[in-house]
Amino acid sequence: MDNQASPGINTYNDVRFVGSLGTIIIKCKDFRIIQLDIPGMEECLNIASSIEALSTLDSITLMYPFFYRPMFEVIEDGWHSFLPEQEFELYSSATSEWRLSYVNKEFAVCPSYPPIVTVPKSIDDEALRKVATFRHGGRFPVLSYYHKKNGMVIMRSGQPLTGTNGRRCKEDEKLINATLRAGKRGYIIDTRSLNVAQQARAKGGGFEQEAHYPQWRRIHKSIERYHILQESLIKLVEACNDQTHNMDRWLSKLEASNWLTHIKEILTAACLAAQCIDREGASILIHGTEGTDSTLQVTSLAQIILEPRSRTIRGFEALIEREWLQAGHPFQQRCAQSAYCNTKQKWEAPVFLLFLDCVWQILRQFPCSFEFNENFLIMLFEHAYASQFGTFLGNNESERCKLKLQQKTMSLWSWVNQPGELSKFTNPLFEANNLVIWPSVAPQSLPLWEGIFLRWNRSSKYLDEAYEEMVNIIEYNKELQAKVNILRRQLAELETENGMQESP
Amino acid sequence: MQPSDDVSPTPEPQASWTPLLRARRAALKWAQKSVPGVRGVAGCGPSAQKWPGPRDFLACGQVHKRRPRILMREGGTWGRARAAAPEARYRAVGRADTPRAAGTVKWEVRKRTGTCTREGEMWRGTHISRVEQVKLLDRFSTSNKSLTGTLYLTATHLLFIDSHQKETWILHHHIASVEKLALTTSGCPLVIQCKNFRTVHFIVPRERDCHDIYNSLLQLSKQAKYEDLYAFSYNPKQNDSERLQGWQLIDLAEEYKRMGVPNSHWQLSDANRDYKICETYPRELYVPRIASKPIIVGSSKFRSKGRFPVLSYYHQDKEAAICRCSQPLSGFSARCLEDEHLLQAISKANPVNRYMYVMDTRPKLNAMANRAAGKGYENEDNYSNIRFQFVGIENIHVMRSSLQKLLEVNGTKGLSVNDFYSGLESSGWLRHIKAVMDAAIFLAKAITVENASVLVHCSDGWDRTSQVCSLGSLLLDSYYRTIKGFMVLIEKDWISFGHKFSERCGHLDGDPKEVSPVFTQFLECVWHLTEQFPQAFEFSEAFLLQIHEHIHSCQFGNFLGNCQKEREELKLKEKTYSLWPFLLEDQKKYLNPLYSSKSHRFTVLEPNTISFNFKFWRNMYHQFDRTLHPRQSVFNIIMNMNEQNEQLEKDIKDLESKIKQRKNKQTDGILTKELLHSVHPESPTLKTSLCFKEQTLLPVNDALRTIEGSSLADNRYSEYAEEFSKSEPAVVSLEYGVARMTC
Repeated sequence: MDNQASPGINTYNDVRFVGSLGTIIIKCKDFRIIQLDIPGMEECLNIASSIEALSTLDSITLMYPFFYRPMFEVIEDGWHSFLPEQEFELYSSATSEWRLSYVNKEFAVCPSYPPIVTVPKSIDDEALRKVATFRHGGRFPVLSYYHKKNGMVIMRSGQPLTGTNGRRCKEDEKLINATLRAGKRGYIIDTRSLNVAQQARAKGGGFEQEAHYPQWRRIHKSIERYHILQESLIKLVEACNDQTHNMDRWLSKLEASNWLTHIKEILTAACLAAQCIDREGASILIHGTEGTDSTLQVTSLAQIILEPRSRTIRGFEALIEREWLQAGHPFQQRCAQSAYCNTKQKWEAPVFLLFLDCVWQILRQFPCSFEFNENFLIMLFEHAYASQFGTFLGNNESERCKLKLQQKTMSLWSWVNQPGELSKFTNPLFEANNLVIWPSVAPQSLPLWEGIFLRWNRSSKYLDEAYEEMVNIIEYNKELQAKVNILRRQLAELETENGMQESP
Repeated sequence: MQPSDDVSPTPEPQASWTPLLRARRAALKWAQKSVPGVRGVAGCGPSAQKWPGPRDFLACGQVHKRRPRILMREGGTWGRARAAAPEARYRAVGRADTPRAAGTVKWEVRKRTGTCTREGEMWRGTHISRVEQVKLLDRFSTSNKSLTGTLYLTATHLLFIDSHQKETWILHHHIASVEKLALTTSGCPLVIQCKNFRTVHFIVPRERDCHDIYNSLLQLSKQAKYEDLYAFSYNPKQNDSERLQGWQLIDLAEEYKRMGVPNSHWQLSDANRDYKICETYPRELYVPRIASKPIIVGSSKFRSKGRFPVLSYYHQDKEAAICRCSQPLSGFSARCLEDEHLLQAISKANPVNRYMYVMDTRPKLNAMANRAAGKGYENEDNYSNIRFQFVGIENIHVMRSSLQKLLEVNGTKGLSVNDFYSGLESSGWLRHIKAVMDAAIFLAKAITVENASVLVHCSDGWDRTSQVCSLGSLLLDSYYRTIKGFMVLIEKDWISFGHKFSERCGHLDGDPKEVSPVFTQFLECVWHLTEQFPQAFEFSEAFLLQIHEHIHSCQFGNFLGNCQKEREELKLKEKTYSLWPFLLEDQKKYLNPLYSSKSHRFTVLEPNTISFNFKFWRNMYHQFDRTLHPRQSVFNIIMNMNEQNEQLEKDIKDLESKIKQRKNKQTDGILTKELLHSVHPESPTLKTSLCFKEQTLLPVNDALRTIEGSSLADNRYSEYAEEFSKSEPAVVSLEYGVARMTC
C-alpha cells in the first residue's frame, strides 16, 4: 500500500446519518467516490473530522511527501535524473547557436523560471534582463525545443508588455530575431484569440506588433484557461458519475462539458506548431498571457509529435521535468482540488490533465510509437494531484528550492524508474518510430478517455484480461524467437563441428 | 460522332492503355514484394498474377474486381482499340477471357438503356466510359485537396485511377445516391454516396461529361430486375458441384439438431412445406409437439402475414425457447382460440416454468395505433400464463432517418466536437442501438434467470424481431460467437425467417421507404459486444464489416430476395454463389487474435448498457476515410504475431529434430562425406526460417504499423510506405501565413 499512490482526498466529505449508522462519502482527487458506513454516530463524526483535517492541511511542509519514507532502495536519485545541462548536451552537438544562461541563478530575473535556461548565444545576460522587464512575469523567450532535422526551434515566453501605447523593446526584438536564419521567417503562436490579446493591452499586456517584428507572422489559436477548464472538468466528471442518464442526456452532458472541445483545440494548436517547424521550416515562439499553461501544453505536445525521444519513458519524464516543472507550471495552484470542490478555487485548472489526455489521444492513434502505456499517464495524473513524492509540490523551481524538496522529499522518478515499477508502465507494442506523427483531430477520432473518467464507474475486467492476453502473445513471441535463435546457433555449431571432424 | 459497334477485346497494346499497364506493373511489382497472408495484399485486384478468384476479391476486401469491362468513348468517337485496353491488360498476363460475361455486358446495358435496338447506337449520349482529368476531392479537407486521375465506367464498377495509379473501385450496386452539384469554376462536382458509407466527391471538368456519368450511374446503380444484379453474372470459376457444396455449408436442420430439437417437446412441422400457410417463412418450422396442424393454421390466420409463433432458438440447459411471430390481428377486442392454444403449447413445452414472456419490441404507442388497423398486441386476459412486455424499438422509418441524420453530421467538413455530439444525440442512432441491446438483454435474462420461454414479435416479425432474437441467442450461446456460428445465426434468424434484405438494402429500384438499416444495427450491436468482451468472439470487426459490405454488394446470392420462397423462385442456388464458403476459406483474416474459446466464463454475456458504453462506430461509418483512423493497428500486429508464433513453434520442432539427428550421427561417429553433402544443401529449416524471418518482420514493422485498423477496401496497402513518411494529411495547412484548420 505504501508504495502505491494513495488517492488524494478532497476537502469535500459528505456525512449523513440514518439512525445510528453514519455514512461518510469521500470524494477523491482521482474522481473515485468511496462510501463508508460506520456504526456509531460519534465514531463516524470523529473519523469524518479527522479525514477533513488531514485532507486540508495549511502548510505544504505538513504534507505526506515530507513524512514519506520509501520502502525501496533508491538506485538512481530522480532529483538528478534530468539536469538542464544534460538536456542541453543533446542539442549542443547539433548547434552552436545556443548557450546556457545562469542569469536567473537567484530567481531574480524571473521568479517562475529555473536557474538555468537556454538562450541564443548572441544575446548576453544583460540583454536578457532587459527583455525580462518587457515580458509578463519576467518570462523572456527561452528555448523549448530544437528540431534537429532542420534546425528550427520552439521558444516560449510570457506576453510582451506593450500596453495601450504600444511599448516596444529593442532587445526583445533582437533576441527573437537572433533565432531566425538569414532570410527566414518565423511564426508567433499566441494561445489567445485576437480579441483577448487586444483586451490584454488595457492591463499592460499585449502582443507583438507586425511593424516591430516584421520577420514574424502572428497566429492566434485560442485555448481556454482557468475556471472555464475547471468547470469543464467538473461537468464531465459529473456526467460520467451519473449512471442513470439515458443516451440523449449522456451525449448532451458530454457535449456540454466541452472537455473534448478543449482537447481538440489544444491538439490543433500543437499540430499547427509542429507543422510550422517540420513542414514550413519556420521557427516559432509560443506564448499566451503568463506562458505557464496553454503555452506549455502546446510546446510539450508539439515535441511529442515531432520528437521520437519524447515518446520514450525517459524522454517523456524529461519532457515533464523540462516543460512543466522547470518551466514553472504552478502545480500547487492548478492541481489543488480536482473535480469535486465545493468552493471556487480561483487558480484551479486541469491544465496538466488536459495535456495528459491529449498525449493519450495521440497514443491511441499511434499505439506502437510510445514506450509507455496508458497506465503511465494515469499514474502521472494521480501524482500531480496527490502524491507521496515531492516532485509536483510547489509552483516553480524557486518555491521548490525554498522547500528544500530535494533534501526532504523523494522524487517520483526515483520510484518510477525502478525496473520493477517500470514494467507496469511499459508498452509491449513499442517499436521506436523515428517519424513525425500527425494525429487526427477530427471529433470522430477523439474519444473520451475512459481509463480516467470511467475508471471507477464500470468494470474493466474483460478489457484488462484482453490486455493480459495481448501481453502474453507478445511475450510468447519473444520467447519463441529467442529459442529459435539458440537452436539455430546450436545447429550451426554442430555443423561446423562435423565439418571440422570431417576435414582432417 | 461515330459509334463503335461493340467493345470487343483486341489485345494489341495501344497508347491509351499504357497508364493502365503501368498501373498494373507497379501493382504487380508491389504485390510481389508483399507477403502473402498479410491482409490479403497478394493477389489483390486485377494486378495479380493469376486471374483473381473470389478469394482474391475477398482478400482485398473488395466486393468486385471481376474483370472490368471498360467501355470508352473519347472525343466523341468510340475507339474500338481503346475500348479494348483493359481487356488487353488481362490478356497480357495470360488470363482467359470469359465469353459469357462479355456477351452479358453488352446485352445488359443495351437492355438498360432501352432506347436503341441496333448495336452500337446504344451508347450514344447515355454511357460514357472514360473521362480524364477528373479530380477526386478529399472528403474532409477544407483546402480542396484533390487527386487528379481518370474515371472509367465498367459494366459492374466505377473505377478511378489517380496519378499515383491508386485505384478506387466502386461497385454500382453500392451506390446509394448520385448528386450533381452546382457548376464551379474548376468543373462540375459529382457526389456519390455508397451504402458501405463511402462518399466520393469528384469534379468533372466538362459539364456534359458529368451529366453523362450522372445519368449512367443512376441507371447502373438501380436495377429493375433481380436477374440484372451482379450475382447472376459473377463467376468465381467454380464448377456446379463446388457451388452446390458452398450452398450446403450452412444446414439449418443441423443447427436445430445442435440446439437439441426435435425433442420430446418440440417437433418439425410440415405445415408450411409448400409455403401454404406463410409465404415469408421457411419450409421447415419447429413448433411445440402438442400444437396440432389446425391450431397452427388457425393461429396463422390470426397473425399478420400469417407469421404464427415458431421456434427460433432452444436453450437446452434451461429447456426454454425463444419463439418469434408477427403481431396478432386482435384489433380492439378480437381473439383467436387457436392462437391462445399455440401460446399455451409454447409455455407447456417448457417443463420448468409455466409462464412465458411475450415481448412486443415496438413502442407501446405504435402497438396501440396498430389496433385501429385491426392489428395490435396480445391481451393478457385472453392468454393464460403470459407476461406481456413492450421494449420500445422504433420502426424502420425512424431508423432510416436516424442513420441519415448521423451520416449528415459526420460527413460535415471541419466538424466541431460540439456539433458532432449534438448531431449524434439528435440523430438518436445510439439510443436506438441501446434499445435493441436492452431488448436482447431482457430476452436473455428471461431465459437464464427466470427459465421462462419468450415469444418475440414486432409488426411483421421480420425486422425488430430478427434483431432481438438473433442478438438474444448470441448473448446466450457462445456457438454464435464463432465464425461459422455467426453465419448460421444470420442464415437462421435473418435469411430464413424472411428479413426483407432486398427491400431493406434497396437491391432493386423499389420503394425507398422500405429501405432501412435494420441489419446494420444488428451488426453494430454485435460490434459493441465485441468491444465489451474482447475475448468472447472468434471473429473480429473485419468480419462484421465484410458481411456488411456483402449485404449490399449483390455479388453473392445469400442476401438477394426477401424470403426463402422468392429465393427458390429465383433459383439462386443454381445461378449464384453463396458468400459463406468464401468467407470461411478466408477466415484467417477475420479471426480475433485474443479469442479464448476454452474459457466458459463467456457462456452468457451480460453486457453493460449504461449510456457511456455506446460509442460511435468509426470503423463502420468512416470505413473509407482513412485519415480518421489510428495509424497503427494493435489488432493487426497481434494477429500477425499469433501467426508468426505458430510458424516459430514449427521451426523449433524442425530445428530440434535436426539437432537430434546431428547429435545421433555424431555419437555414431559415422560421418561420410556423402552424408554431409546430402545434408548441407538440404537443410531446409534453416533456409526457410531465414527467409521466414525476413518476411514476417516486414509486415510487423512496416505494413501493419502504418495501415489503419479497418482498411478493408481497395488496394490502399500499396502506398503505405510513402503515405506514412509523408505522414498524412496536413492536420493543419498554412497558406500565406494564415493558418487554416483541416481535419
